[in-house]
Amino acid sequence: MTHGDPAIHRYSGQAQRIALLCALGGTLASLVGLVWNPALFFRAYLVAYTFWLGLALGCLVLLMIQYLTGGGWGLLLRRVLEAGSRTLLPLVLLFLPLLIGLHSIYPWTTQAPGDQSGRAIYLKVGFFLGRAAFYFVVWLILGYLLNRWSTDLESGRIPRSTRRFRLLSGPGLVLYGFTITFASVDWVMSLEPKWVSTIFPPLYAVGQLLTGLSFAVATLLLLSRYSSIGVNLRPNHLRDLGNLLLTFVMLWAYISFSQFLLIWVESLPEEIPWYLRRTRGGWQMLAFLLVVFQFGLPFLMLLSRKVKENSPSLATIAGLILAMRFFDLLWWIEPAYPERTAWFLVLDVSTWIGLGGFLMWWFLRKLRERSLLPLHDPYLAHYLPEAVPNE
Amino acid sequence: MAVEPKLHAVMAEFATPQELIDAVAAARAHGYRQIDAFTPFPIEGLAETLGFTGTRLPLIIFLGGLFGGVGGFWMQYWCAAINYPVNIGGRPLNSWPSFIPVTFELTILSAALVAVLGMLALNRLPMPYHPVFNVPSFALASRDRFFLLIETGDPLFDAESTRTFLNELHPRQVVDVPE
Repeated sequence: MTHGDPAIHRYSGQAQRIALLCALGGTLASLVGLVWNPALFFRAYLVAYTFWLGLALGCLVLLMIQYLTGGGWGLLLRRVLEAGSRTLLPLVLLFLPLLIGLHSIYPWTTQAPGDQSGRAIYLKVGFFLGRAAFYFVVWLILGYLLNRWSTDLESGRIPRSTRRFRLLSGPGLVLYGFTITFASVDWVMSLEPKWVSTIFPPLYAVGQLLTGLSFAVATLLLLSRYSSIGVNLRPNHLRDLGNLLLTFVMLWAYISFSQFLLIWVESLPEEIPWYLRRTRGGWQMLAFLLVVFQFGLPFLMLLSRKVKENSPSLATIAGLILAMRFFDLLWWIEPAYPERTAWFLVLDVSTWIGLGGFLMWWFLRKLRERSLLPLHDPYLAHYLPEAVPNE
Repeated sequence: MAVEPKLHAVMAEFATPQELIDAVAAARAHGYRQIDAFTPFPIEGLAETLGFTGTRLPLIIFLGGLFGGVGGFWMQYWCAAINYPVNIGGRPLNSWPSFIPVTFELTILSAALVAVLGMLALNRLPMPYHPVFNVPSFALASRDRFFLLIETGDPLFDAESTRTFLNELHPRQVVDVPE
């Protein structure tokens, strides 16, 4: 059964071809990098993987949030969020290259024998792998159930109510908070095993939400521009999306700055090197760009109602934030390694594009499977009356 | 012997929000500009239908926030770097990161105060007297009735023809609002 405007199939077909080309080109370039300098490749892979995993999990979390809060924005974004959360499945397989390069990525894999400190016990390879398996099982179950029930709701196999979605989403958000706390410590914070920041997991989680939201907003606006989502976006819809984006931009800035302020004021020898490494040797330029383009500019632009209600400008801001998310993760991960060659940036970007091309191809395939609006959601008539199908 | 009171406006009373919105659109289309509407709760689209295009309030609030932010930062800078410089653990006198929380709080405080006071000022509130309250049934505007008002100041206003116009919109009633 096909849904919606045939235009979506034409344009998404084109987009899928572009995505496959990106996947092919990026992967080839990255493979050259792998042969040339494996250590550099695996770091680049960690940056890219962290970005795309953040996109998938951000979509999953926003999907749960919109079931709990309700509102027109949730109905508009739901299909994009669902398809985004379904990229989790290939991401499980794509975790395997990280395991191959584990020794090039994480310095703690070579421990002094007989080290029985808590840190050494927590960072044992076996324990690390067991935890990773647990996170993926939790996320996959949440994503599978929410997507499965969504198709069931559409085909009428389950009662026309969002009760079971809400019952899962509440505990689901708690589970996400629990798993992402440990996952962020395992995968990114442990790159510098001596460094500890208790506010880092929330920062990592908000980064994922910001990635998911800016991706979903940009995708929705592109869809409504180049084909049809089945309903015209009204100024108040665009305003809601813009305000949500503004909220997450501010939250990201607030938590980022809190971490910086505390570490700067204390200036402790275990903590301050993290920022010293990231504000010298050229990294201060990237830090400056992050402050300007992931906070300053989007913040000031999104204050204006005119900008929010203008679909192309809102899409541009969302795209800018999405791109800056990649550079933010790059700024977190790359400076952790003392030695690097001039080509690392090229390798980072090509790996990002290669991995992303494949995942976007998968995303578009999943997006085409369902109507672009949840037509059987009981709240559709309340929030988007003009979209209710005539039966 | 009572003196005929001066007329302030003519007012029509409606039972549903949709009737009011249709009436407002009709009055605008007819050419009336000095009109106003009263409802028990906010109605989406009513402000736009009334021809309410925008307000200076966001700009005033932005300037209020700017004032609070700059003022907040300056006070700390002046204390710590100019008036009473103290070396604390070798940190620079202008320790700007630690000034940010207070700067942020004062930005919000100042913007919020300016928002409330600016809103009151632009609405010319508090307003102890307004002619609409001379109409006894106007009390229902805070319960379940929707009112459309056309003021005498409107260039097209003519007591007789305006009453006729409002009556054609099928309101529950049309009443005069004395000054």
